[in-house]
Amino acid sequence: MTRVLALVSELGARVTSLIWRLGYAARFFWATLRHSGTAFRRFHLTVRELYFAGVLSLIIIVVSGLFVGMVLGLQGYDTLARYGSSEALGVLVALSLVRELGPVVAALLFASRAGSAITAEIGLMKATEQLDAMEMMAVDPVARVVAPRFWGGVLSMPLLAALFSAMGIFGGYLVGVVLIGVDVGQFWSQMQAAVDFREDVVNGVIKSVVFGVAVTGIAVFEGYDAPPTAEGVSGATTRTVVTSSLAVLALDFVLTAFMFRGI
Amino acid sequence: MPDQNVVEIADLSFSYDATRHVLSGINFAIPRGKVVAIMGGSGCGKTTLLRLIGGALRATKGSVRVFGQDVAGLAPDALFAMRRRMSMLFQFGALFTDMSTFDNVAFQMREHTRLPEALIRDLVLMKLHAVGLRGAEGLMPSELSGGMARRVALARAIALDPELMMYDEPFAGLDPISLGVIGQLIRTLNDALGATSIVVTHDVQESLKIVDYIYFVSEGRIIAEGTAEAVRASKAPFVHQFVWGEADGPVPFHYPAADYRGALVDARPR
Repeated sequence: MTRVLALVSELGARVTSLIWRLGYAARFFWATLRHSGTAFRRFHLTVRELYFAGVLSLIIIVVSGLFVGMVLGLQGYDTLARYGSSEALGVLVALSLVRELGPVVAALLFASRAGSAITAEIGLMKATEQLDAMEMMAVDPVARVVAPRFWGGVLSMPLLAALFSAMGIFGGYLVGVVLIGVDVGQFWSQMQAAVDFREDVVNGVIKSVVFGVAVTGIAVFEGYDAPPTAEGVSGATTRTVVTSSLAVLALDFVLTAFMFRGI
Repeated sequence: MPDQNVVEIADLSFSYDATRHVLSGINFAIPRGKVVAIMGGSGCGKTTLLRLIGGALRATKGSVRVFGQDVAGLAPDALFAMRRRMSMLFQFGALFTDMSTFDNVAFQMREHTRLPEALIRDLVLMKLHAVGLRGAEGLMPSELSGGMARRVALARAIALDPELMMYDEPFAGLDPISLGVIGQLIRTLNDALGATSIVVTHDVQESLKIVDYIYFVSEGRIIAEGTAEAVRASKAPFVHQFVWGEADGPVPFHYPAADYRGALVDARPR
């Protein structure tokens, strides 16, 4: 009986702690939005974060996009050739990338490359009392440190997803047209005819913006909330990658259900 | 006169939660222009006291008045306005690691003033010159030694000529030369700026050279106070043990534990 009570008590404590943390995260997110004026009034602060989150993620995004597109080209050709419609390869590659793989894979890569870096940086600033020092200098760390990083990440994400898709399509072209010999005119013209700007491209951009908010929001929160120890920062960095990857996949399902329900 | 006291603390108690009582029944006042040390062993609540004065923590009971204002009653904007009149040197400097020495010192000027960049440059060089590091303006924090980092942090702390300076363990981990330099800077800068300084430390010998008055804190209470001469001559057991660095005394060498013989013999596994 005592063990059951202890178990129920432990469970209750965990649920309460989870709800408390969710509430704290919501308040933190609201504070970040409220203090976002600094990130835009002093845009050079956000530009710096655009460089660290966006420009420094270019290599991994471009190379991954190229390979994902090349694999899509190979796999897509293999399947389409069985039905005698290999000329539709361009459509398959483009729709797969623009609707799904571009935003989702770019967001997963962004979470592991830039999200973890943001968490580690803010967490270490906290552990070395830099955030406390800022507060004692009458400078709000949420406005000066968090908001520019948040908006830097949010603005980077759609640009990186677009680059990922563009590189993927180029990879599909290299494999499909240059390597296998699919007709170049068919490849591009079918793609042009089948990909709808509003339905496919804009929806893909909306997805990447939502993923950008989710990944960067989680990254800045985990960094700010990290226990100020080496172990605490390491744990927060891991949580950023795991939580934001799961959030991206779950959000992708929800967004896809709403966006493409008529298809 | 009350307005001569920059900090007034009355019946102050602070607890992190119901079981962790850090400070209880603290009373003291710090007059304008003085350098006052708060001494005590590690974990006795010295840094907590600084955080209460800076408004980073709220008192559980009692009041903290700074510049005549009750810190606990200040709205966020008023608290930030009060903090612009004070400054704090953190234990390991807390320099912004993504900024150069120059940018660290210029940080508050850029955040809180609309001074032209040319004037900021001159002011930064003057502050760095005051701590002897004008030549290090282009270095990053990772390129500075511990003593240099502490001096840069000091230059950053005096950037806007604060009325109240708070030092959290300014001597921790420094070599004897850096220690002497920091000690002299604390005294000189306090007198040159007409400021008031609170030095939280457990470095007795260095602080006795520079401070006007000392409070000893133990187990969350002030247990002794006096001038440097009075402290040196004190026969109070705690003060004597602390000042002369004796291993055993009112602060026991051993952490509370069960009977020694019992632990070694009786509790031995059979």
